[in-house]
Amino acid sequence: MNASTELILELVRVEKKFGSFQALYGVDLSIAAGSVTCIVGPSGSGKSTLLRTINGLESIDGGAIFFKGELCHEEVRGGYRVPVSRTKSREQVLNFGMVFQSFNLFPNLTALQNVMLAPKTVRGLSQSEAKQVAKEHLARVGLGDKLGNYPNELSGGQQQRVAIARALAMQPEVMLFDEPTSALDPELVHEVLEVMRSLANDGTTMVIVTHEMNFARDIADELVVMADGRIIEQGAPREVLSNPQTERGRAFFAAIGEQHEKQVS
Amino acid sequence: MSSPTREKTLSTDRLLSLPQKRRFEITRWILLIVGIYVAAVVLNLLIFNEAWDWPLVWSYLFSQRIMLGVLNTVWLTVLALMFGLLTGLIVCLARLSRFSVLRGAAFVYVWIVRATPPLVILLLIYFLGVLKPTLGIGLPFLPYVVEWPTNDLITPFTAAVVGLSFYLGGKTAEIFRSGFIAVGAGQREAVQALGLGPWTALSRVIGPQAIRVIIPPMANEVVTMFKNTSLVSVVGFAELLTTTQRLYATNFETIPMLTVACVWYLALTSILMVGQLRLERKFGRGFDRRVFRHDENQEFGPDVPVTVAVPLSESINQKGGVR
Repeated sequence: MNASTELILELVRVEKKFGSFQALYGVDLSIAAGSVTCIVGPSGSGKSTLLRTINGLESIDGGAIFFKGELCHEEVRGGYRVPVSRTKSREQVLNFGMVFQSFNLFPNLTALQNVMLAPKTVRGLSQSEAKQVAKEHLARVGLGDKLGNYPNELSGGQQQRVAIARALAMQPEVMLFDEPTSALDPELVHEVLEVMRSLANDGTTMVIVTHEMNFARDIADELVVMADGRIIEQGAPREVLSNPQTERGRAFFAAIGEQHEKQVS
Repeated sequence: MSSPTREKTLSTDRLLSLPQKRRFEITRWILLIVGIYVAAVVLNLLIFNEAWDWPLVWSYLFSQRIMLGVLNTVWLTVLALMFGLLTGLIVCLARLSRFSVLRGAAFVYVWIVRATPPLVILLLIYFLGVLKPTLGIGLPFLPYVVEWPTNDLITPFTAAVVGLSFYLGGKTAEIFRSGFIAVGAGQREAVQALGLGPWTALSRVIGPQAIRVIIPPMANEVVTMFKNTSLVSVVGFAELLTTTQRLYATNFETIPMLTVACVWYLALTSILMVGQLRLERKFGRGFDRRVFRHDENQEFGPDVPVTVAVPLSESINQKGGVR
């Protein structure tokens, strides 16, 4: 990929605590514009937490997050770092599109209304403009024929694709995926991954927390392995997979390999 | 009573041509008889008891004084509902606020309302003039900037509106809160991730979902509040019950006059219940059991998901015509 060295997102020594439990221990991560970063690792390793700090769903207890070189979610005031105002926070969050594991579609709205809502009310598009935008994005994820359906009338895969369209419709600079296929039945995973693949081919900057190792190997420019709140492996996917540098990394990939063999046999 | 062997010998065609009939169940008949008996007893009590004096009830039902009372009751209900629900929503939002002063104030309010019978609230507000002869605007411990005599402000009508709103506000605050709590954290995160403003989030996403949970207990509370308007008779506002009481104080037809009131309460409550049903239908959308509407574009059965997404290039072709 032509992942130029222009950094769009930098996480510097990011710390996160939940009470006495430390979820992230000074994580450093740089994301190049147009690149695809996949974060893998055992459950409880802090992958989702890391992703959620990026768009401010989790506040951080140390370190900093820079978007296009500017401090994000916090600002300096009188020698202190303070959270940005609610208004500013809402502006900053629009740089990121979020896709959740459990979709989090609004169940009281149709697919079209789910996608239209934010462009209309936040971006200020007119009803017809918003409708046009929403239709385009739903068509892009292959759901041009499901505009009027409510989420509970759609399969899991379809719901997740609506959620992707909903995030895309705000034209974010970075798309964040938090285990987008983990809540899906196995036969529905493929359709969601295909949509994500087409986004990657379009040069969308993406950060993906996933358990789909084959997908990560195919799609990622950068593969990040986390364990116990730290990044333990990082690099081009094939290198990381073929030559893990740490004992934990080797153990993790070995465990996943066994799972795969079990599934195949 | 045909024997099993006989049934077996029937051909399928013959079997299918047999008309279907409901099974005889003795329970159904017993219940029917008991039901008829109970209905007869009730009817007997209602119609053939001279004390009801239905002609008298009928003659008063649409009389001017009663209609005025009904109108006052409806008007009072509408006003108290408006202010009460608004107060309830504000108090509920205060209870969920991140500012502790608002949370504390809202808690105290709910606490007081819960601890005080509505009758007492009404009386206290009506007799506020004894406690505080004037009401005004200013700082504590300093003279008022402007002030009015309490007894000019607190008429039976304002006492009724304020009292009922105050009570309804405290009761419904908790109902609103239960609704907001019921909406999952995922929805709030999705709202946040999309950068929706607080008003949009409340009015388009959280609110509509909360309302679904809120409607049944809220309807209960609203009907209770509607009947609570009858408490207002203690402060002498001429709503339905007060009017009825004044009537039987002069004509001594206690039961017929109370029946008139009951008929009206029944009618108005029915209207409220129809409203509840409509609201429940409206806000139930998207939550009912998985129902697949007929979809012409769908080639497979409704439950079969489309497994491959349309690739980007194809979807563009579809839009711009096949090229």
